[in-house]
Amino acid sequence: MSIYSELILDHYQHPRNFGIIVNPTLKSFVSNPLCGDEIEVAIKIEKGKVAEIKFQGRGCAISLAAASMLTEFLKGKPKEQLKKINKEHMIKMLGIELGVNRIKCALLPLEALKKL
Amino acid sequence: MRNFKSFKEDFPIFKNVINFTYLDSTATSLKPQTVISKLVEYYSKYSANIFRGVYKISEEATKEYEETRTVVADFINAKTENEIIFTRNATESLNLIAYSLGREILEKGDEIITTVMEHHSNFVPWQQLAFENGAVLKVINIDDDGYLDVRLEKVITKKTKILALTYVSNVLGTINPIKEITASAKKINPNIIVIVDAAQAVPHMKVDVQDLGGDFLVFSSHKMLGPTGVGVMWGKENLLESMFPFMYGGEMISEVYLDKTVFKGPPHKFEAGTPSIGEVIGFKEAIKYLKTIGMDNVRRHEKYLTLKCIQTLKSRFGKNMTIFGPADIENKGGVIAFNFGKYHPHDIASILDEDGVAVRAGHHCAMPLHNRLGVDATVRASFYIYNDENDIEKLVKGLEKVKKTLG
Ligand SMILES: Cc1ncc(COP(=O)(O)O)c(C=O)c1O
Repeated sequence: MSIYSELILDHYQHPRNFGIIVNPTLKSFVSNPLCGDEIEVAIKIEKGKVAEIKFQGRGCAISLAAASMLTEFLKGKPKEQLKKINKEHMIKMLGIELGVNRIKCALLPLEALKKL
Repeated sequence: MRNFKSFKEDFPIFKNVINFTYLDSTATSLKPQTVISKLVEYYSKYSANIFRGVYKISEEATKEYEETRTVVADFINAKTENEIIFTRNATESLNLIAYSLGREILEKGDEIITTVMEHHSNFVPWQQLAFENGAVLKVINIDDDGYLDVRLEKVITKKTKILALTYVSNVLGTINPIKEITASAKKINPNIIVIVDAAQAVPHMKVDVQDLGGDFLVFSSHKMLGPTGVGVMWGKENLLESMFPFMYGGEMISEVYLDKTVFKGPPHKFEAGTPSIGEVIGFKEAIKYLKTIGMDNVRRHEKYLTLKCIQTLKSRFGKNMTIFGPADIENKGGVIAFNFGKYHPHDIASILDEDGVAVRAGHHCAMPLHNRLGVDATVRASFYIYNDENDIEKLVKGLEKVKKTLG
């Protein structure tokens, strides 16, 4: 089965939460020098919740779709969720099977969260 | 001459992997049955250690192993087989030279020259050596067509001890004029040691080390139809004599006492420990196979495919297709690195893989080059004797699918 499922392509072509936050509470940047992918995630916490979350950067369809899905999922959630989300969540959310090489693309946005 | 289409039959992988378009021979080549059979022969008939036994199968293994040395020496026209050192791969050969020779001859303020188009294996050892010995690393640039800036008088001085450069770029495909470069480098500074990374040259074209005039030349068996685990370091005998061993241990000594050790001469001085015996033995079958085709025919076939592929990509995709490296096929090996539209190389490679087309995506162990080109990554398709026009068609179809899938 293709890893370019309808869901992945939708998020790649219409990324959610793409952009910057002016005064973020938290911000982090990750890159994968192997392919030049770069992702920055910015978050605004209000009343213990992820009031706003945005990402920007460049990358392959998988890493961009993953960032879009991850931010969509986290928006509005209690801030504890930022720490709780893990690799298994990510893979389940993406709903595709990735080999050892491409899985790195999918996990790049998660890495950004871990660095917050 | 056999029709190139029929070469696929000699490679069992095409029977075992269905719908398989292999366009990544620059990374490693596929293996013909003769090479696989030779490995099986060693492991099933005379799988003894070499040099150590006086019994029959050890003698047979030793004879087969040493025969490969002679076959390699003849293949690249070395003066004697003592100039052929077996290592694990081209990378180890380059590190061996940096360690055994570079560390000894480089003093503070001396210069090492390399180029921006090198594979990391011919870049990082020199960069690190320069750090260690307080030497200066100078890097020759390329022009926008992917040719080296060969105005050597601008970089080589009396303080230059080493010039290390690739024969054929594993990304641009550029075939560097090694003979001319070596001659002019030695004219400016006769003491300069010229080290040629021929990992992408020896598999694809005729290479004559005496004609080229350099001091060292390295390559890997696995990129030329042979087994993994075998590299070659060719060096001029007088230099090899003067160099220190890279590793100490069995096979490389003639006498050991409590207070001193006498080393063997080259080549065995540099082959400490049990080598990849079966793989070295199998390697000679790869060379024999290439020789029956003829290296000029190999080169002609790859030139034909490369030109056809470039023309096809340009005519089908026009401005969406950016191809890196020389446009003149006479100066380009069978390597095509490209970027396609706005699509990320990893996505392109993944979508091509869905239909069994194997290409590489990334920086191909040449980050300084990709920085010079101003791109993060490229897609790379490369050819060898088992490729044909159908493979180009498959690539084009795959790229059309990329466009359709990603929009
Ligand atoms: C130009 C060049 N040099 C050196 C190497 C290193 O070869 P190996 O990995 O077999 O040591 C490669 C392999 O990709 C190469 O293309």
